[in-house]
Amino acid sequence: MSSRKTIDPSGFSCPLPLSDHPLVLMAHGGGGRLMNQLIEKMLGPALSSPLLDQRHDGAVFEAGNARLALTTDSYVVRPLFFPGGDIGKLAVNGTVNDLAMCGARPLYLSLGLILEEGLPMDTLWRVVQSIRDTAAAAGVQIVTGDTKVVDRGKGDGIYINTSGVGVVANSVSVLPANVRPGDALVLSGDLGRHGVAIMNAREELGLESDIETDSQPLAGLVRQLLDAEVEIRCLRDLTRGGLASALVEIAESTGLHLEIDESRIAVREDVRGACEILGLDPIYIANEGRFVAFVSAASARTAVDVLTAGQQEGGAAVIGTVSEAGPPGVTLKSRIGVDRIVDMLSGEQLPRIC
Amino acid sequence: MKYLDEYRDPQAVRGYSRALHGITTRPWTMMEVCGGQTHAIVKFGIDQLLPPQLTLVHGPGCPVCVTPLELIEKAILIASRPEVIFCSFGDMLRVPGQKRDLLSVKASGGDVRMVYSPLDALRIARENPSRQVVFFAVGFETTAPANAMAVHQASRQGLRNFSVLVSHVLVPPAIEAILSAPHNRVQGFLAAGHVCTVMGYTEYEPIAKRYQVPIVVTGFEPLDILQGVYLCVKQLEEGRAEVENPYSRSVSRAGNEPAQDLIRRVFVVVRRKWRGVGEIPSSGLGLAEEYSGFDAEHRFEVDAREVDEPSECISGLILQGVKKPNECEAFGVLCTPEHPLGATMVSSEGACAAYYRYRRMQVHDRRSGPRIREVPP
Repeated sequence: MSSRKTIDPSGFSCPLPLSDHPLVLMAHGGGGRLMNQLIEKMLGPALSSPLLDQRHDGAVFEAGNARLALTTDSYVVRPLFFPGGDIGKLAVNGTVNDLAMCGARPLYLSLGLILEEGLPMDTLWRVVQSIRDTAAAAGVQIVTGDTKVVDRGKGDGIYINTSGVGVVANSVSVLPANVRPGDALVLSGDLGRHGVAIMNAREELGLESDIETDSQPLAGLVRQLLDAEVEIRCLRDLTRGGLASALVEIAESTGLHLEIDESRIAVREDVRGACEILGLDPIYIANEGRFVAFVSAASARTAVDVLTAGQQEGGAAVIGTVSEAGPPGVTLKSRIGVDRIVDMLSGEQLPRIC
Repeated sequence: MKYLDEYRDPQAVRGYSRALHGITTRPWTMMEVCGGQTHAIVKFGIDQLLPPQLTLVHGPGCPVCVTPLELIEKAILIASRPEVIFCSFGDMLRVPGQKRDLLSVKASGGDVRMVYSPLDALRIARENPSRQVVFFAVGFETTAPANAMAVHQASRQGLRNFSVLVSHVLVPPAIEAILSAPHNRVQGFLAAGHVCTVMGYTEYEPIAKRYQVPIVVTGFEPLDILQGVYLCVKQLEEGRAEVENPYSRSVSRAGNEPAQDLIRRVFVVVRRKWRGVGEIPSSGLGLAEEYSGFDAEHRFEVDAREVDEPSECISGLILQGVKKPNECEAFGVLCTPEHPLGATMVSSEGACAAYYRYRRMQVHDRRSGPRIREVPP
């Protein structure tokens, strides 16, 4: 590997691969281009392994006779409680969903709690109850855990890490590398609710709305898709960076060109209103209960039917296709019928000045 | 969505596009003043719907883009002080100074906070009496009333730990500077609807007359912009040079007079340097004598040395409408949103950022769109 040639003989250590930013910025965790660069330039090459190199939401591997999926995620959301959810609910559903995006049936979760000195015990209890209830609803068990406490001021109340293990049926292969030209892009529901709910709660924007997080376990829906024999190529949940970043990532890792149609993407009226006021684009906003499924063109209709029947809220739709030609990337046909490219953002979206 | 979807209706958009093709007989060059309009034009692909004879050039109306480098350096120096909580609109945080931006100051331990309103900064000042809270008051006439209100309230409440770093600029002097430049090619203007909502449009009437240019007060939705272009072309074709206001759902001729009163009370008109353009007389706002105690530049006495722009950056020519982003050698190669050479690549309203985000590789419809260098991902 070429990176091995750049060993510094004086110190026998590799030079820092990310010289552009001497300090970690918030954008390095924002789900956009900078985070992507951190993974591609530092974490990926340094820790390279065949499974990690697949750049999937989790790793799928064989152990004995079983195919297992393993994933991990950390949760640092602020505020801890927000409309429709809390950090505990996110910590369970987020990891369950990463397993679901591997085509796995989630089974077991670990729970790592990092608590800040001085956190009200009552707050912790509410979060723990939420973890318990969400895990029960998702059909997973918390089977191991760890608790650490840090000095007051060194944490933000509670940070949570969860890892998850699930089983993958032998017939299931859900990977970016499976995506083919001609496949359909199926979006599971409306976009933007989680991000807007959090922003409204965090920044006290005072938007008079009842927008709640869309956080929900997705494993059941994925299972229904598989049961209906939908030919799933790849699944991706639309968390940080939203739909846009997820699609750009897949386009870049597969070298394929994706075309989506803005008018088919459901965004609730109140979410759109909030986005318009803040100058944000819903396709970049985080969701916690939405995913995009790359499926064969022949099973697109079935996929939409299953997703519509399996959820109380609508919005599931075929929003685009994997095109036969075109450079790697994503284009969006706007509502007025003109094409534009969709790119990853550098970091998080920042509200405009005016 | 009411009051929004009507202005993005594909049928109506196509109707206006056809009408424009019908009335355009000659080449015309127009400038949309406001960066918000630039972004809407590029995002919705409105320029691709125009007759090929029409050229839209992008104006200086991006407050982030025209804030001079010296002031960003000052902001960085002030924000680095341990006693300071530095509050700013989100857009300003990523603008590069000479070596770093405000987000890097935050990463180095500075207390830099993104706020949505200057009144939030005021609240932070009340809640942190032992700290100095500084608000970066940037923008055009649009943000001036709220910023004026924050200073006015701070004064009334006797808040001693609040100050503002002012970089306010005004649209009409910038339009005059563009029109009187020897290399000017702009024949008509789409005036910024938000600015006119505050200021009205009487200021533009003498400009239209003196320079014989049509000025059309224009909104931000696709239909608003097409309507603005249509009326501007119609005037040009008919040899008229007037101020027209099709954006009457938001703008009146006199504007928002209480807001103007507040601006006049707190601010005075001053010379301002515009990044990439240079100094323009009477083109900005500074704090009036009565409120000068709230001026962060005095309170912190930071060194105001001149700072050179990166030589590769042509943002000045772009902000004056002389060049388009894709005509820059550095565009997409040396200069990207991750490594911006100039502010026009940073701000969500900057022309270079708009081109980079929406036009980097044009896959379809190369008909009338500008030629864009293809950049490997």
